[in-house]
Amino acid sequence: MSIDKSTVSKIANLARIKVTEQDLDYYAPQLQNILSWAEQLQEVDTSGVEPLANVSEIALSLRKDEVTDGNIQQDILANAPETVEGFFVVTKIVE
Amino acid sequence: MTSKLLSMTVTETLTGLKNKEFSATELTKAHIEQMEACRSLNAMITETPEQALAEAAQSDERIAKGEMRELEAIPMAMKDLFCTKGVRTTAASHILENFIPTYESTVSQKLKDAGTITIGKTNLDEFAMGGANITSYFGPVENPWKSKTAPEKKLVPGGSSGGSAAAVAAGMSMLATGTDTGGSTRQPASFCGIVGVKPTYGRCSRWGIIAFASSLDQAGAFARNVEDSALMLKVMAGHDAKDSTSARHEVPDFAALMKQDIKGLKIGIPKEYRVDGMPQDVLDIWNKGAEMLKSAGAEIVEISLPHTKYAVPTYYIVAPAEASSNLARYDGVRYGLREEGKDLQEMYENTRAAGFGAEVKRRIMIGTYCLSAGYYDAYYTKAQRIRRLISNDFAAAFEKCDAILTPTAPSSAFAIGENSDDPIKMYLGDVFTIPASLAGLPGISVPAGLDDQGLPLGLQIIGRAWDEVTMFRTAFALEQAVAFSAQPELIKVA
Repeated sequence: MSIDKSTVSKIANLARIKVTEQDLDYYAPQLQNILSWAEQLQEVDTSGVEPLANVSEIALSLRKDEVTDGNIQQDILANAPETVEGFFVVTKIVE
Repeated sequence: MTSKLLSMTVTETLTGLKNKEFSATELTKAHIEQMEACRSLNAMITETPEQALAEAAQSDERIAKGEMRELEAIPMAMKDLFCTKGVRTTAASHILENFIPTYESTVSQKLKDAGTITIGKTNLDEFAMGGANITSYFGPVENPWKSKTAPEKKLVPGGSSGGSAAAVAAGMSMLATGTDTGGSTRQPASFCGIVGVKPTYGRCSRWGIIAFASSLDQAGAFARNVEDSALMLKVMAGHDAKDSTSARHEVPDFAALMKQDIKGLKIGIPKEYRVDGMPQDVLDIWNKGAEMLKSAGAEIVEISLPHTKYAVPTYYIVAPAEASSNLARYDGVRYGLREEGKDLQEMYENTRAAGFGAEVKRRIMIGTYCLSAGYYDAYYTKAQRIRRLISNDFAAAFEKCDAILTPTAPSSAFAIGENSDDPIKMYLGDVFTIPASLAGLPGISVPAGLDDQGLPLGLQIIGRAWDEVTMFRTAFALEQAVAFSAQPELIKVA
């Protein structure tokens, strides 16, 4: 496995982070180093081991499907970069 | 008077307030002045003195009426990762530089309801990603401690909760909140000569804490002694309907229960934690700590945690993967920074490029890679399987012992700028704190001595899940035996 500049460029695109040519030079060796260091995990025999996602072993509880809050449109919009008449505004996406 | 107000315990303070030896306003003012005197440390992102003094006036009214709450008027510093209603909350990131939450995190609300008075929001590594508090958009935090051998050097306070640790160490606040994902409360506590505790995963609600890695994130507590940290954690803990991973378990009265002696307790020393290149000072203090617990009546037993060496790389797959997912929400649409672009995709890319710092981008990209098609099983699922093995190691160890004693960190505080060119070297600073995080176990760092540079070193006590009581008991016994009294110069000049 090797992380070259084109791989970093692909990852950055997936992560929606704009990268310059300079950024690629900076990140490629770092990501390569980190991932090669993590390669040591492959030497551990994990056959038959269940992945651990939830350490607390608390069963997630269910509640009634009811509205528990609401009517806070102003709160939700309060930090938006741009709003119009109660909506978030983004660059036009339909021609 | 001022210096006395800045060095009391919580219990002494509550007694002093009750007996009208000083008022909540005097107490609050003294801490605000200390905060202002210590500005060069850069421990605060946002100071909230007006709000603090208004709350102090209310506290004085309550005290006059005999209606004191559990932590009435106790000066608090709040890590700027806890959302605070009406007070800017940045996560030390440019992307949230102007974010003013319209809601309050559960933990900060509970602390407020118990009477604490927040004097400011503390600096941290950006989105809590770092171990030295050098990745903050608002600049690094300086440790109030100075090296004897190189006093001109500015030292890191540890991270990610570096501002909180520095604030408590410098006497700016009596208590402070932290968060701990891989050691972000325990390690800065060690670097700053104070107590830092991370409870069992699920003990505190995560609601309103800006998310980093959700399967690991827990709120933490900083204090200058074990009892204060126990009093604070009691207030923070408990079930919250807004966080389905918060536990319904009853919260014990940690401070009352921890004073029982440790006769007959079995304390495990993991042999795999004797890592290569560990400084002699760290090793000595660890051995001394074990001797002290033995003298206090505990039995010292060697234990094995065979997958220890895989913990840090496991963490650096799991945590970035979860971070890449959690941080996808910062897209310039609903809150936070926006950098315009010719279309929506470019707006996202420009916003995230401008809004995130280098360490955050590095982790988002590592996480994105590990979760991408074709690599998911090889990295993320593999790391989760090893996470189970690490958790199983602890389960087996706790068959033989009641608590585990380790160093908190492999070194004392280093200079700002050191280690920063090598991410992996920086990551290894959390080698002793990450395993307990992966297993969801409670851990506490207690100051245990000074190294040859005169810098504090902490020892960590790890408990069984939900058994913070035994962890606190052991920590309290250790604290009594160590009798750590050193303070950084700064706190004395006040």
